[in-house]
Amino acid sequence: MIHISMETGLILAGILFSLGLLGVLVRRNVIFVLMSIEIMLNAAGLAFVVAGARWGQADGQVMFIFILTMAAAEVSVGLALILQIYHHFKTLDSDAASKMKG
Amino acid sequence: MDITFYIAAAVAILSTIMVITRLNAVHALLYLIVSLLAVAVIFYVLGAPFIAALEVIIYAGAIMVLFIFVVMMLNLGDKSVQQEKQWLSAGAWVGPAILSLILLGEFLYVMLAGSGQPVEGVVVSPQKVGVSLFSTYLLGVELSAMLLLAGIIGAYHLGRRKKPVYHRFLQEEGGK
Repeated sequence: MIHISMETGLILAGILFSLGLLGVLVRRNVIFVLMSIEIMLNAAGLAFVVAGARWGQADGQVMFIFILTMAAAEVSVGLALILQIYHHFKTLDSDAASKMKG
Repeated sequence: MDITFYIAAAVAILSTIMVITRLNAVHALLYLIVSLLAVAVIFYVLGAPFIAALEVIIYAGAIMVLFIFVVMMLNLGDKSVQQEKQWLSAGAWVGPAILSLILLGEFLYVMLAGSGQPVEGVVVSPQKVGVSLFSTYLLGVELSAMLLLAGIIGAYHLGRRKKPVYHRFLQEEGGK
């Protein structure tokens, strides 16, 4: 069907992952940080699927399903935390919540 | 079919760049949906149609809808766009961009030195994925069930709006 090398797919996953990492490092808004974490998780899943497609086995896709499950759980808890932060501090600045007790 | 992969990859990278540079949260979310759909096309081309469907339904559907609902509940307006503009100065980009470019460069160096193993794009049927999921990885399925339960309980506990509790005498004094 297609004739790309496995490295091409893994390089795409690496580019997407480092873009997500850049987003986590640069943004101060908590929503954007959570979105960048989603990008990184998706890139990791892409790497699994590419590696699974190399050998024509189902294991990579199974791992992607697990990553999907984890991302769903993580997003629901993270968004609930964001709502609590917004009600508490009236801002989405991640620096506002830098103290442990306050 | 090769060209499909490269076009989808370019769309995914461009829209991801747009996600991390937008000031408005809703615009960034829409670009993120485009990026996820492009990755779904890549999954389909790589011979994983089941995973492509899951990506569209769960990632671009359910998770992004959750994000959009939260952004709607927060009711962010022009004020937050102005604040974002203030936070995202050019100086804020330099350090993180250099560091992640170094990491990406190392990764590219390792990958380009590889032997160029071909991906044939053989379609792995959903049946094969399901059999593998419920036989070899059954323990993982049970663990992810526990994870989802913990996620539900955690989201409910954190998302609950706590009522202000006063002592009843203090509340009476406040009422007077």
